[in-house]
Amino acid sequence: MKSLEELKQLRESLQKDMLARNSAGKARIVIGMGTCGIAAGAREILQAVLQEVKTRGLDVIVSQTGCIGMCEKEPLLDVQLPGKDRITYGNVKKEDVSRIIVEHLINGNIVEDLVVARLEEGGE
Amino acid sequence: MRELSLHILDIVQNSISATASLINIYINENLEGDLLTIKIRDNGRGIPEEQLLHITDPFYTTRTTREVGLGLSLFRQTARRSGGGLEIKSQIGAGTEVTAFFAHSHIDRPPMGDIKGTLLTLIALNPDLDFTYQHLYRDREFFLDTRVIKEELEGIEINQQAVLGWLGEFIKKGLEDLYGGEG
Repeated sequence: MKSLEELKQLRESLQKDMLARNSAGKARIVIGMGTCGIAAGAREILQAVLQEVKTRGLDVIVSQTGCIGMCEKEPLLDVQLPGKDRITYGNVKKEDVSRIIVEHLINGNIVEDLVVARLEEGGE
Repeated sequence: MRELSLHILDIVQNSISATASLINIYINENLEGDLLTIKIRDNGRGIPEEQLLHITDPFYTTRTTREVGLGLSLFRQTARRSGGGLEIKSQIGAGTEVTAFFAHSHIDRPPMGDIKGTLLTLIALNPDLDFTYQHLYRDREFFLDTRVIKEELEGIEINQQAVLGWLGEFIKKGLEDLYGGEG
């Protein structure tokens, strides 16, 4: 069993990074976690996102939303860079995640062929 | 849904929408009695009695984005198809409890699937909520309580990558020990 002792050691190393972390001005990734999203593979998409975030050492906010009425386009994944429009990618496959993160999140270029919706910055 | 763990992930979304702060997931695999029980209990706002009557109707939803509510009806359908059923108890202001029963050996019962993935998804996306996970199999038990983990973390966010990595290993090992090589 992984021990709580290991968790304590982990805590000590993470405490050093804590001061640098706050949510303002960070990029956001939002995954659709309605029944439709879950049935279409949202859990696996989230796992791929977390893996990419870990591998590339990215400091982003990853959160969820419910069904937004685009069930046929699930799994949906939104990316919003600070001050930019919120872009919704649809029918996302695990192998698309790396591309979306590298091209959009890191390089700032929207992956046009996967876009299914855009929400202007400040809109909801 | 191809796995019971996906149903669990889905039903817990209802608890999250009901502004629960604590969600208990309980699984009991009673092989001798050929009974699998999955119970999800929350301390959310509860469901009014008139809504409870319709809650597993696929064409009933309180949402405005669409006109169907499939989560509970799919879960009930899966349970019924597997020789079981679904019960919902709720009290306004106190919370809701959804219990599904399955004949454990039923050929139509979906596999448990990726429980670790479901738990990590819930914790990663809802760091402010608390979860307990209790899983019984034969005479063994695996138990996880995010409140205990958070206490140990002393203010470090539970959804930090390094902590999620630790949690993933913890859950994987816990489930391996639970099944003792049988799962």
